[in-house]
Amino acid sequence: MTSNHTDSQGPVWEVFTQKKSGAPYQHAGSVHAFDKEMALENARDLYTRRDKPSGLWVVPAAEIVAVDPGDAAPFFDPADDKVYRHPTFYEVPAGVENL
Amino acid sequence: MEKLHDFQRFIDAEEKIEPKDWMPDEYRAHNIRQISQHAHSEVIGMQPEGNWITRAPTLRAKKILLAKIQDEGGHGLYLYSAAETLGISRDEMIAQLHAGKAKYSSVFNYPTLNWADIGAIGWLVDGAAVTNQLSLRRTSYGPYSRAMLRICNEESFHQRQGYEIMLKMAKGTPEQKEMAQDALNRWWWPSLMMFGPHDNHSERSTKGMLWKIKRASNDELRQRFIDKTVPQAEFLGLTIPDPKLRWNEATGHYETSDINWEEFNQVIQGNGPCNKERMDHHKQVHAEGAWVREAAAAYAARQKEQLQEA
Amino acid sequence: MTTNQALYQYCLRLGDTNLILGHRLSEMCSRGPMLEEDIALTNFALDHIGQAEALLQYAGKLEGKGRSEDDLSYLRNVEEFENFRLVEQPNTDFAYVIARQFLVDVYQCLLYQKMQKSTDETLAGMGSRFLKESTYHLRHTSGWMERLGLGTDESKRRIQQAISDLWQFTPEMLTAKSYEKELEAQGIIPDAEEIALDWLVQVVRVLSRSGLHKPQDVAVPPPISHSDHLVRMLAEMQYLQRTYPDARW
Repeated sequence: MTSNHTDSQGPVWEVFTQKKSGAPYQHAGSVHAFDKEMALENARDLYTRRDKPSGLWVVPAAEIVAVDPGDAAPFFDPADDKVYRHPTFYEVPAGVENL
Repeated sequence: MEKLHDFQRFIDAEEKIEPKDWMPDEYRAHNIRQISQHAHSEVIGMQPEGNWITRAPTLRAKKILLAKIQDEGGHGLYLYSAAETLGISRDEMIAQLHAGKAKYSSVFNYPTLNWADIGAIGWLVDGAAVTNQLSLRRTSYGPYSRAMLRICNEESFHQRQGYEIMLKMAKGTPEQKEMAQDALNRWWWPSLMMFGPHDNHSERSTKGMLWKIKRASNDELRQRFIDKTVPQAEFLGLTIPDPKLRWNEATGHYETSDINWEEFNQVIQGNGPCNKERMDHHKQVHAEGAWVREAAAAYAARQKEQLQEA
Repeated sequence: MTTNQALYQYCLRLGDTNLILGHRLSEMCSRGPMLEEDIALTNFALDHIGQAEALLQYAGKLEGKGRSEDDLSYLRNVEEFENFRLVEQPNTDFAYVIARQFLVDVYQCLLYQKMQKSTDETLAGMGSRFLKESTYHLRHTSGWMERLGLGTDESKRRIQQAISDLWQFTPEMLTAKSYEKELEAQGIIPDAEEIALDWLVQVVRVLSRSGLHKPQDVAVPPPISHSDHLVRMLAEMQYLQRTYPDARW
């Protein structure tokens, strides 16, 4: 994700598509465009030529906030040892159902 | 040094490198060079086939060819985006192309002289490209690998449409068959050259392989392509223009004459039949589009101002 | 002229218009001002060629001489082509491409909208299928009219020039041929006069939003004749079919 606003091809936008109604939006790729409408249209032509999606988002790449890979360890590792957040952590006595 | 060691371990474990991860400068430069060259090839590759859109002999053929060339443009865009994640802008890449600093596949410097050439490009040039691209799906740089996945999915019809044209021509009138053979004669060797120099001559191969940017050597890929293509030519009833071509029972591979490397080097150095034409076309279109891009930028700036005033 | 013959002529008129416009747009492949726009224009070309295929196939059926859409496209001479003169005008620059497309898009949107209600089932079906494509085209070209009209001095000059130069070809597009009157009366095809009125309102609305002015109507429209451009275009388009008449493609 770069944000080269002075580029004569226009700024970069990130494109998200939704495969079918109710499904999560997924990152499809990026496009260059000078304005919102152009970004939508360029994204449509580039990422939906084959499979008809049910939704399309575009977001200026410069507006995306991401975790720095250097911060990944303190950011993500602590989730790793909280086993009690997963159902498999718990023992279910034999004979008990629908739990 | 420690970082480089960790980096190599990460690569060896088949993990993908992502844009913001630490990477050696040389890894970054190697990827920029390879991905931008790949992107330029897709875009310049629109020209030789584009020559025939207006002469496509049926409406069906015209639609297929348009859709195919449109895909090439789209693939160029996927690849430019992948390269941009490494910190180079599309403008810079285009400037490098125009300055002759960035290369594109030399195969696109040959002319398209008859309709069968469109078949031959789809069958041979796309066939060679896809052999390379399939292996690049496993390249170590994440955005490049993802672009390759998408491209391979979309490319699957390209080779088939080319072969379909060849089949119609090869089974058509004597004149059509002649055109088909002529196209094969002219495109066979340039297609084999697409895989690049022999392994021992290609200085960048080693680093590229160590860092898993490239996943198979030039000669390996070339052989793979030859082995699958020769029987397809036989099915068409056409002759591969190589008197030394023969099946080697012991190795399980076809043997061929050596490539004319003198020609290869000439074309790479800009002396192919169409180098100047391709580059002039790209430069001219880019220059002619400048006022449009300026207008779009000015309009967007004005819109933003109005939004802030409101 | 029987109803069938009139409808055949009408389908040729619409089909040829799409064929020639699609061809003009296909010439833009690898010539867009940016790669994204290149792909957009190719999409338009594909839509118009698809529309031409359907219309010419139907025309061939109505004619009843066993001519396919390819026969009609590749084996007729220039004087037999019925396309609007507007669409054969060359791709002088991007402004011409957009202006020409915009003027046709407004027309086709209105036409297809009404065509959906045709008493002829085939036409009605085509109307609803094509309308989606044309609606998107119009959205795209209206956007560019505004960007170019309100962009820079140069872009404004160019787009105004293109609109002014192409304006003389619009009356032909908006005027029904004599054989169409009977078809209109039977509800087979839309009323051309209604379309023409709406067309002007919509075009003027976009022009003024884009800071552009409506050109003067020409007092005496030029004689309706194909241009040299079309002759050259057909020579290229029909080259293979004409050179190798026995070949199958």
